[in-house]
Amino acid sequence: MKKLIIYSLVFFVIVGILLTGCGKKTEERNIKIGVILPLTGQLSTFGQSVRKGVELALEEVNREGGVLGKKVELIIEDDESKTDTAQTVVTKLLTKDRVPLIIGEVISSITLAVAPLCQRYKVPLITPSATNADVTRTGDYIFRTCFIDDFQGSALARFAIESLKAKRAGILKDVKSDYSIGLASAFAKTFKEMGGEVVNEQAYAAGDTDFRTQLTSIKASNPDIIFIPGYYNEVGLIIRQARELSIKANLLGGDGWDSPRVLEIAGASAEGTYYGTHFSPLEKSPQVQEFVSVFKQKYNEEPDALAALGYDTLKLVCSAIKRAGTTEGQKVRDELAQTKNFAGVTGEITIDENRNARKPLVILKIEKGKPTYFISIKP
Amino acid sequence: MRAKNIILVIGIPFSLWLINHFISNPSIFSPYILQIIVLMGINAILAVSWDFISGVTGQFSIGQAGFMAIGAYSSAFLTLKYKVPFLPAILFALILSAIAGFIVGIPTLRLRGDYLAIATLGFGEIVRVAILNMPSLGGATGLKGIPIYSSFFSVYLALAITLWFCLALLKSQPGRILLSIREDEIASQMMGIDVVKYKVFAFTFSAALAGLAGALYAHWTSLVHPDSFSFMKSIEIILMGVLGGMGTIYGPAVGGMLITLLPEGLRLLLEQNPLLYQNKDFVRMLFFAILLLFFIILRPQGIFGKREAKG
Amino acid sequence: MSLFFQQLINGLAWGGIYALIAIGYTMVYGIMQLINFAHGDVFMAGAFAGYVIAQLLPDKSSLPSVILVFLSAMLFSTFLGILIERLGYRSLWKKNAPRLSLLIVAVAISLLLENVGLMIFGAAPRSFPSIIPSRSFSLGSISFTNIQVIVILSSLVLMVALQLIVMRTKMGRAMRAVAEDSEMSALLGIPRERILSFTFALGSALAGVAGVMVAIYTPQINPLMGILPGLKAFVSAVLGGIGSIPGAMLGGFVLGEAETLVSAYISSSYRDLLAFLILIFVLLFLPSGLLGKGVAEKL
Repeated sequence: MKKLIIYSLVFFVIVGILLTGCGKKTEERNIKIGVILPLTGQLSTFGQSVRKGVELALEEVNREGGVLGKKVELIIEDDESKTDTAQTVVTKLLTKDRVPLIIGEVISSITLAVAPLCQRYKVPLITPSATNADVTRTGDYIFRTCFIDDFQGSALARFAIESLKAKRAGILKDVKSDYSIGLASAFAKTFKEMGGEVVNEQAYAAGDTDFRTQLTSIKASNPDIIFIPGYYNEVGLIIRQARELSIKANLLGGDGWDSPRVLEIAGASAEGTYYGTHFSPLEKSPQVQEFVSVFKQKYNEEPDALAALGYDTLKLVCSAIKRAGTTEGQKVRDELAQTKNFAGVTGEITIDENRNARKPLVILKIEKGKPTYFISIKP
Repeated sequence: MRAKNIILVIGIPFSLWLINHFISNPSIFSPYILQIIVLMGINAILAVSWDFISGVTGQFSIGQAGFMAIGAYSSAFLTLKYKVPFLPAILFALILSAIAGFIVGIPTLRLRGDYLAIATLGFGEIVRVAILNMPSLGGATGLKGIPIYSSFFSVYLALAITLWFCLALLKSQPGRILLSIREDEIASQMMGIDVVKYKVFAFTFSAALAGLAGALYAHWTSLVHPDSFSFMKSIEIILMGVLGGMGTIYGPAVGGMLITLLPEGLRLLLEQNPLLYQNKDFVRMLFFAILLLFFIILRPQGIFGKREAKG
Repeated sequence: MSLFFQQLINGLAWGGIYALIAIGYTMVYGIMQLINFAHGDVFMAGAFAGYVIAQLLPDKSSLPSVILVFLSAMLFSTFLGILIERLGYRSLWKKNAPRLSLLIVAVAISLLLENVGLMIFGAAPRSFPSIIPSRSFSLGSISFTNIQVIVILSSLVLMVALQLIVMRTKMGRAMRAVAEDSEMSALLGIPRERILSFTFALGSALAGVAGVMVAIYTPQINPLMGILPGLKAFVSAVLGGIGSIPGAMLGGFVLGEAETLVSAYISSSYRDLLAFLILIFVLLFLPSGLLGKGVAEKL
């Protein structure tokens, strides 16, 4: 028993030391904005891209004198592409760093997990790229600067039928992601409404590496297009294995494909596939061209859609704080909701009454080993 | 003795209730720290539940996360979909996970040692994959928006009751029988003990405790996800138990708290070093692995256990 | 019908891979009654060893470099297997420590390997360089790739080779003797420790080859890739009758095919469930597996 008491005492002393270490407060000279991204793990290229965009925007904002006479500072946290970690980290941002506003997450499933926390603390959460419809339904503090999957899925279905003349679609979706499930059902709905037929629907789980069984089943029902609403790691493998099984159908996907990893994994098999996304660096408008050249200067690569969305999101947030004249949650929220015709590089952003942005979908085709601009679909 | 007991029965809940008032106020106490403290309590219950079946009774379980999942999902389903209050939901979780434990306990009739371990592992995975395939339980994306009913008070009250009950049981006749099964199953049988009955009882009880922890967890994080109850979680629970000292009950409880605190401590320590900080999750698991190896090879009795005589 | 055969071919490749890993489980279990949880991670380490070597080679797809990749994966995992046995298990085994302790050590080593892998290579999956460019063939309406054929054939060749080693060589005979009665064989002058190392080496080499095969087949690797195939290979070993080498091979192929058929005709989301259902079923109703012999508990 004595031993127990001694050990317990030691234990609580350690706890005490660790906990008091957390309590220090720094002076609030800067406006701190929390950013939560998948910088490592399964979907790390998304997080890295958004980070590049956000940091580029930050430089520009601070060069122009910051916001409300203060410099803007980012607290970027990594959630390792995991829901549990994301919750811990967001709790830390909300309660230890007490940020007035959070940008993130990129992935719908994770955003859905952290959104209730932000809602509870009445801290606005602005996601650059979580497209699942339910995200902003969490509450009135949750916003996004991209389109939603209902639009994306139906636009892709329209594209499949009108431009690719598809009639029979196979679907291969990821049952582990809200994004994939939502996008698949939106696609199927419009595809059927427009007279197409969904001949085979198969599923996989994120992290799988062998899709031959599902692809073989889809191949047997003879579709002329296969819709793959997944994320890039699996998508790359699916494309590759589909071509190995001599599947000739067109392959089509959504913004989850937008990563150089798809081409890296699938190689030549990716030739001739299509995907929809938010942005193409090949657009002619001067604003986009300027962004592309500045981005290239800083990072020595072309920006992808996620980088552009990250860039727009920070700019939009800063403008809302400027208009609100304070970093108080309620007022910033109101200003965010009022955003109209904000000129971003990913198109004009108007936040609608459901706190979503209405924006066009850009379809890219992979040609000669590079995604090239194919067509744009207006909402 | 009686007076002391009465003081404990009234005093502990009352003081927990008082602390709870102070600790749950975000303007006085950091919610970030509260989060860690509550998770410490939940993991302590989990570690005790594992210790009861593995440390005390000697039946190695690698499926504790499966029982936890059953408790978490069943209670969350009730409070979320049918607006059932917290207490009945917890009771339901306890019963359901106890039934699961009972069903898993039956194979102990036939299986021993590592075969049993593997069977519990299989059970844990089956629970996880089954949940993945149940749309009404949210499938792979999990259940979200579970009401937050757990608090410092409820978690630590549950922990106090668990500890008291297990320690009392250990001193009673059934507890001694469980220990005798661990020491020598065949000899116990020869003494006329119904080994099967007691093993099944131990499994049922341990599963119910894990289910309790699961229910508290679900109503604290407000989100349950099949991936939270994977094989790795079971391993983590084993680590807590081994670290604290198998078979001692209070040892694993402290082990559970330490293991929960460790990653947050590491987070603070590693914040200075960006390279390690980026890898903090791996550093933590690596540290766990080395800790586990160290304890099992050099100090198998854990922090609190007593060294056993060579047999 | 052609669909059915196409699916069978898809399953065959995984069957071969499971079988190769399962052999390592079954041999180690036969000798020290330990479920070597780290075995799945030795498989992963083999894949990464092959990856590192393939990155270094200038001409990735020539025959010598393919052989070099396989050999280095085999060597590295053999080395790792022996290391694990020496540092992790041997002292406890010699002390006759409780099997529980050995099992916990196995779990800890597995954690260790996974997280060392994660620290070096990160959690994001990596593409394995295509050292064997894939080519598709069609036979009627069935299509298959040269890689599938290579995976299936080479796993068969390796199994035959292993069977020869175990049945025809002196080392193999000693292995069987130790598995039969460890103490008696020690009394008869068989060096138990050396045999144990040899067993680990043999099992790990096969796992290493299986690692590279999976890496070429999918072609993607990550530091956690060993967990699920490892567990499933263990199920194969139990299914075939743990301790029996032909049983492990049979179990591997049965599981590979069963999984493919379940995901083809029921749902791919039940694929991972199947292995564990088989496991529990076998443990309860067929404890000695398909080819194992029943053993009475020793007192």
